[in-house]
Amino acid sequence: MLMPEPDGQVLARRGDIVAALRAMVLRESIIVDEDELRVYESDGLTAYRQLPLIVVLPETTEQVSRVLAYCHQAGVKVVPRGAGTSLSGGALPLADAITLGLGKFNRILDIDFANRCVAAQPGVTNLAITQAVEGEGFYYAPDPSSQIACTIGGNVAENAGGVHCLKYGLTTNNVLGVEMVLMTGEVMRFGGKHLDSGGYDLIGLITGSEGLLGVITEVTVRILRSPETARALLIGFPSNEAAGDCVAAVIAAGIIPAGMEMMDKPAIHAAEDFVQAGYPLDAEALLIVELDGPEAEVAYLIETVEEIARDNGALTLRVSQSEDERERFWAGRKAAFPAVGRISPDYYCMDGTIPRHKLPVVLNRIRQLSARYGLRVANVFHAGDGNLHPLILYDANEPGELEGAEEFGADILRLCVEVGGVLTGEHGVGVEKRDLMGVMFTEVDLKQQQRVKCAFDPDGLLNPGKVYPTLHRCAELGRVHIQRGQTRFPDIPRF
Amino acid sequence: MTETLKPETPDQLCEAVRWAAAAEEAFEVLAAGTKRSFGRPVEAGHRLDLGVFAGIGLYEAEELVLAAGAATPLAEIEAALADKRQRLEFEPPDLGPLLGAAPRLGTIGGAIACNLAGPRRIKAGAARDHVLGFNAVSGRGEIFKSGGRVVKNVTGFDLSKLMAGSFGTLAVMTEVTVKVLPVAEETRTVLVLGADDAAAGKAMSAALGAPSDVSGAAHLTAPVASASGIERVAGAGGAVTALRLEGPAPSVKVRARAIGDLMKNFGELDELGSADSAVLWREVGNATFFAGDDGGPVWRLSVPPAAGARVAAHILDGIEGKVFYDWGGGLMWLALAPTDDGGHGVVRSATAQHGGHATLVRAAAGVRTRVPVFEPQPAPLAALTKRVKEGFDPLAVLNPGRMVAGV
Repeated sequence: MLMPEPDGQVLARRGDIVAALRAMVLRESIIVDEDELRVYESDGLTAYRQLPLIVVLPETTEQVSRVLAYCHQAGVKVVPRGAGTSLSGGALPLADAITLGLGKFNRILDIDFANRCVAAQPGVTNLAITQAVEGEGFYYAPDPSSQIACTIGGNVAENAGGVHCLKYGLTTNNVLGVEMVLMTGEVMRFGGKHLDSGGYDLIGLITGSEGLLGVITEVTVRILRSPETARALLIGFPSNEAAGDCVAAVIAAGIIPAGMEMMDKPAIHAAEDFVQAGYPLDAEALLIVELDGPEAEVAYLIETVEEIARDNGALTLRVSQSEDERERFWAGRKAAFPAVGRISPDYYCMDGTIPRHKLPVVLNRIRQLSARYGLRVANVFHAGDGNLHPLILYDANEPGELEGAEEFGADILRLCVEVGGVLTGEHGVGVEKRDLMGVMFTEVDLKQQQRVKCAFDPDGLLNPGKVYPTLHRCAELGRVHIQRGQTRFPDIPRF
Repeated sequence: MTETLKPETPDQLCEAVRWAAAAEEAFEVLAAGTKRSFGRPVEAGHRLDLGVFAGIGLYEAEELVLAAGAATPLAEIEAALADKRQRLEFEPPDLGPLLGAAPRLGTIGGAIACNLAGPRRIKAGAARDHVLGFNAVSGRGEIFKSGGRVVKNVTGFDLSKLMAGSFGTLAVMTEVTVKVLPVAEETRTVLVLGADDAAAGKAMSAALGAPSDVSGAAHLTAPVASASGIERVAGAGGAVTALRLEGPAPSVKVRARAIGDLMKNFGELDELGSADSAVLWREVGNATFFAGDDGGPVWRLSVPPAAGARVAAHILDGIEGKVFYDWGGGLMWLALAPTDDGGHGVVRSATAQHGGHATLVRAAAGVRTRVPVFEPQPAPLAALTKRVKEGFDPLAVLNPGRMVAGV
């Protein structure tokens, strides 16, 4: 993965930059020693590592503003970072950039049950928001599997999903307000406690912008009343096709489950070996369908889904009889990544989305690719919304295996796009899928997206080298080629 | 001389936009034109009619996805969805009658461009939350796309969000892909009679804070309720607070009982079934109650829900008018007595004090030119907005002035 060439002048000015930063933040908030910088050298995508120039850990919006204004003026690049759980290298440092860590922004600022929202600093973890309101029977719906560690600021930057987003939406559907500092140091507030801010939907744009537009310093999210009850079905199928048909039939029956997850045989075995969730080992595919709501509704829907599953050739079927059992059903799925980590020295997690009915085709092609690359693969799948997580098993100590895994992964993502899907469903483009953007977008599409970045960060100092494969200068992107005196086309009908 | 260009292909559309850019001309962009009076009057010499970009291109019910030309009538889309027992979950309102146009002519592109949403906004989101992708021509005269046809997608900036609510000022959408969802098997509406605005606000907050999955929470003050086409609402003899429950029949029955129990201290109760509910919630979403009025100013305010009653009191202290609430108190529709500024002064002082934003949905063209239609922005946000616009439409070819003078 080629990152932008470090700016030698910036590297040479490191001492001056540190001295300048010391006037803006506490001395202990600046990390310069190599040993301590090493903590920040990668994020959740550990295949890529790079020591940052300097790490700064500001504590207030005012400090963020001063640091960014200084960097803007001094031409120093900045990489924002939350908990560093990104699986796409979104927080991968650059040799000539300051990594701006938001870890000290860890306070919940306002819990407002009357307006059903919570305002929090960006470094608060996803789970901490739910924990802060669950005593009153509320929760924050998006639940990425890293929710114990990942931060709400990072969730907004990446538009994080989770197993319940089929029914309750992604981060973008649950954010009401954002405070963000632009690269110039300007502090902007978008939205608030109300819905649909007036003017352009800049919150919608910022959500999922992967740290390319600004540094988030406060987030207001909607909270929901927790459902009265939730129960899950654990269904084993003789084939991926049968499981896929069952998923389609559930949706066709007008049911949107709270979660609908699928695992293939290798993933079932890895998970069962790890947590003994009671998964059927003879099944080729496993479905977990969760239904939530009032008891009467859940009972009714469970019955309907049971019937649909049997009609679609279910081999085994269990309905959770207690909260404990429901959690056990989920335990294997939630531990699927570490479970796979146990059976292989390394694994590479992919994140494409496909139209759901293409699942059998895609799984077959993945199997063929697996044979060709000589690398095993286990698949977990957010079946309800078509988001596929193939886990490619490899050993980084074997020469060529990492490269093979990367190529295999790229082939899978190309396949996702080919069947009408996309490169990434919830993990982000980051550096990982940057060079595949051309598979999905034309040069014109990509330039149009980058013009939006220019409106926020005209010098391209925020998180460069992420998301977009080719960096263009904003002056070049802004140029309009017009031909004056062009004749007025006779072909277009007018009235 | 004003001309209306009606391009037949995306290439012709590009050509038209490029010509305007070169000739320093501008277009008012429209399809059915039912919402032409929504926003500031456009400062353009010509019109760009998108009528040709119509028709459903793809509809896969089991994938919950539909793609259509931007000018496809919502009525056509809703009919196709109804055949498969599906719907647009954001409940796009038909503002035609409110704005003095005929009903049922609005298009999917128009609903998205104005980021409309009906009463289900509180549960299901607005148009913005249902756009999966689009094809468009920018003000630079270039064809581009964003998003896709799947729900889970974080590939690149989410320009669909930006298009929703941009009132055609950034790019001309030719095709849109939206998420669709199953129709609920049954609907019931619990009515609470006679609550004043403040009590109704508390009642709606309690209902939305209960685990009953309320999908609509509206409060009609007495003069508004009396204009309903539903006899049980119009004849209630006072204010009516309505709470909607949708879903499988056994569930709706249980939840309606739970909400009834929760509401019994707020007033006398009544209940509507599926058919009457459909009519009532359409009236609420379309602001039908104000459609027959004399064309005086109508405002739509989005505020923190618990502040709703206070905001309305603030405004109606200063100027004569009628109000009703949707979104659990977070959305207010106000019909005000005509004044020179359409109520701008007092409405803006209310949002300044309580938060949120206000949009002047209906007013005479003169008023919409004189006062800001959308919530005025602080200078840095206004500057950022202008830079975003310039990134798509640097020469201000598309709907210039529709949202803000000079943008």
